[in-house]
Amino acid sequence: MSPADFASFSNNAIAFASVVYVLALLSHLTEWAFGRSLPADVETPREQPVPVVAGSADAAPPYDGPAAAGTDPAAGTVADPDLASKAHNLERFGRIGVGLTIVAAALHLAGLVTRGLGADPARVPWGNMYEFSVAGAFGVTATYLLLLRRYSLRWLGVFVTGFSVVVLMLAVLLLYVPAGPLVPALHSYWLVVHVVAAVIASGAFAVGAMASALYLVKSRAESRDDAPRTGYVARLPQAAVLDRVAYRVHAFGFPVWTFAALVAGPIWAEYAWGRYWGWDPKEVWAFITWVVYAAYLHARATAGWKGRAAAVIALVGFATVLFNFIGINLFGSGLHSYSGLD
Amino acid sequence: MRTALVLLFLLALAAVPGSIIPQRDIDAIAVSQWQRSHPELTPVYEWLGLFSVYDSVWFSAIYILLMVSLVGCILPRTRIYWRGMRARPPHAPRNLDRLPESRTLVLDEDSDAVLARARDVLRRKRYRVDVHGAAGEVAAERGHLREAGNLLFHISLLVVLVGFALGSLYGFRGGVIVVSGQGFSNSLSQYDDFDPGALFGADDLEPFAFTIDDFRVSFLESGPQAGMPTEFSADVTYTEAPGKPPRTHDLAVNHPLSLDGGSVFLVGHGYAPRVTVRDGAGDVAYQGPAVFLPQDSSFASFGVVKVPDALPEQLGFEGLFLPTYGFTMDAGPFSRFPDALDPVLSLLPYRGDLGLDTGEPQSVYELDKDKLEVLEREDGSDFRLDIALGQTKQLPDGAGSISFDGVDRWVKLQISDTPGKHLALGGVLLAITGLLGSLFIRPRRAWARVRREEGRTVVELAGLDRSAGGDLGEEIDELEQLIRNRDKEQS
Repeated sequence: MSPADFASFSNNAIAFASVVYVLALLSHLTEWAFGRSLPADVETPREQPVPVVAGSADAAPPYDGPAAAGTDPAAGTVADPDLASKAHNLERFGRIGVGLTIVAAALHLAGLVTRGLGADPARVPWGNMYEFSVAGAFGVTATYLLLLRRYSLRWLGVFVTGFSVVVLMLAVLLLYVPAGPLVPALHSYWLVVHVVAAVIASGAFAVGAMASALYLVKSRAESRDDAPRTGYVARLPQAAVLDRVAYRVHAFGFPVWTFAALVAGPIWAEYAWGRYWGWDPKEVWAFITWVVYAAYLHARATAGWKGRAAAVIALVGFATVLFNFIGINLFGSGLHSYSGLD
Repeated sequence: MRTALVLLFLLALAAVPGSIIPQRDIDAIAVSQWQRSHPELTPVYEWLGLFSVYDSVWFSAIYILLMVSLVGCILPRTRIYWRGMRARPPHAPRNLDRLPESRTLVLDEDSDAVLARARDVLRRKRYRVDVHGAAGEVAAERGHLREAGNLLFHISLLVVLVGFALGSLYGFRGGVIVVSGQGFSNSLSQYDDFDPGALFGADDLEPFAFTIDDFRVSFLESGPQAGMPTEFSADVTYTEAPGKPPRTHDLAVNHPLSLDGGSVFLVGHGYAPRVTVRDGAGDVAYQGPAVFLPQDSSFASFGVVKVPDALPEQLGFEGLFLPTYGFTMDAGPFSRFPDALDPVLSLLPYRGDLGLDTGEPQSVYELDKDKLEVLEREDGSDFRLDIALGQTKQLPDGAGSISFDGVDRWVKLQISDTPGKHLALGGVLLAITGLLGSLFIRPRRAWARVRREEGRTVVELAGLDRSAGGDLGEEIDELEQLIRNRDKEQS
């Protein structure tokens, strides 16, 4: 295939991936809809006996008794056939959603790879803002899929697929530029190291932000006496579990971000611009992101800041990531002007 | 901790204005443009230090306070850690079954054998183990390195700050435009702009020198991104000190020339049209390249030619260099493509006094028009000259002529030295190492207690995590398995 063929295949693959993400989103919304009238303590049939809330040792925080919902063996048997069929449908649509997300991610990856092959000469597929967005959305989906089993993350499906749909659509509609060669400033292997690390860290921060936001919702629901026993929020894992998932993802993302922004970035800047740190707007916001997530880690260890306040800080951190990506790329000047848009 | 949190937030907030308001260190031209359009805000902003946020008193105050609080945190914690590092694991609590994870198992073996095995298992899992034979218990602890990582991370931040400070005190950064074919030797007078650190002396400049032999640039000629540069690089011949053998280097973006006492970076390029100006007497009053500064991505470049030696009156030219000439009635002359495919100079001639003798420093890229008059046609319109490559145009009133002889290219070079950069890099790498330790090492205690009961050995096994978010249950399960499995093998 010629580069032009690869380039148009890439466009098709990204379009298909968007469609499949939409279908995955619809499946997860349907899953959610079936859960609306289903009490949270009704077990859904699963191949693996590892519902997020219950059982697995990983899920139980120290000093916390057995999780309240879903552990009672008696609750697992559903007498009401209506509820049983709802539970069955919920599980089915949840799995379809995950399956579709995997298909979409595969198409997404294919689109990303062929985008790189579609440039002449072939190159890494992150040289302008369209490509950063596509790669970033893939980073988020990949983080979610990689951690899906380990942390039983299916409750994030709606948000991850929704996020990917929105980002891919905005990228295709607003940011698209045809595949082409890189500007000379990007001719460096640090483009691979620096951007891959930044994408991985951003993916982790995005998943962490979703978990933190849901933690805020769930912990509010738990603090109410009359919290409903049905619906999406009731079916979410316990707040303590959400908090722990958020922490682990952030604890992974923070060192990677430190490497991307404070090691790989400065080394490349030293080669390309003759100074390793120059307070360029992009650098300033990368630094702000770093400081905010450092504050998040401190807050988790500080009395009075644990829990809700820390979760809010995590959300602020992700807001700075988004602003750095969107605001600084589009409206700012500075040296990181690779959006490829006029 | 609370102080550190507040200071971290302040630091994040304080960094914001510098990304919005133009900064003198980054773009001095943008600062003066901003100041021209906001005359009333300027003095206030100036007073607040908003044009150099990262050197300002208040920004420095925040990070210095943060560092003070950091030291105030590290010192006592290091002392505590030092003591804790040598401490033995604490004795088992009375009721092991009240700990977050506990198991009870019954084995057929002798209690001493079980105890010895528990000790071995825990040692193999890298616990620090104490056996209290009389009490029939094993106490174990591990994960001391978590706090070490935490301390390392925070100390490394101080190292980074020292490296950063060294760079800004003893380093320098200078810029110079060199026309292809010309040379540069590293002394203060050769720089167009020079920004030394507070403790940098001009004598500290190393005596290297180089010549730009050639400069190549290529642009995409077709496709939707036509006009985008794909490659630019310069051939450089350099000597590290007078008398040293000359060497060559391919200078490009991402491929700087590193020398003792400074590195040379290619940061920009542009055109320097070669012109010859003859004065009214027919004598050559100026000959050579004049540096024009690119205005946009099409490399339409603005510049001036000053001819102080012209007689009877000094001459000056101001206007555009268009690498690929285009013209529309609406836009006037413009450049269609950044490469020099059809270069044209579009100049307005002036005569009079260039103002070079006043003693005031003058930009080489602007005409001081106070005492200059623009040359006009008979109908009173401007006498704009569009000169194609190789052409010569006569000025009115026998004031002389100007020829467009050729096109040279120039490169904008940044020469800088940042001592302490390796220290800063080492600091960040150490910080990441410490960070990984402080995030992923789990400080953990485990106890095993054995007693004989009805001819069998009852083992109580329990664990306690000293950090949140661990998977203690899995670990204790595994310890239990290890203590049991051996039992099965032997029986």
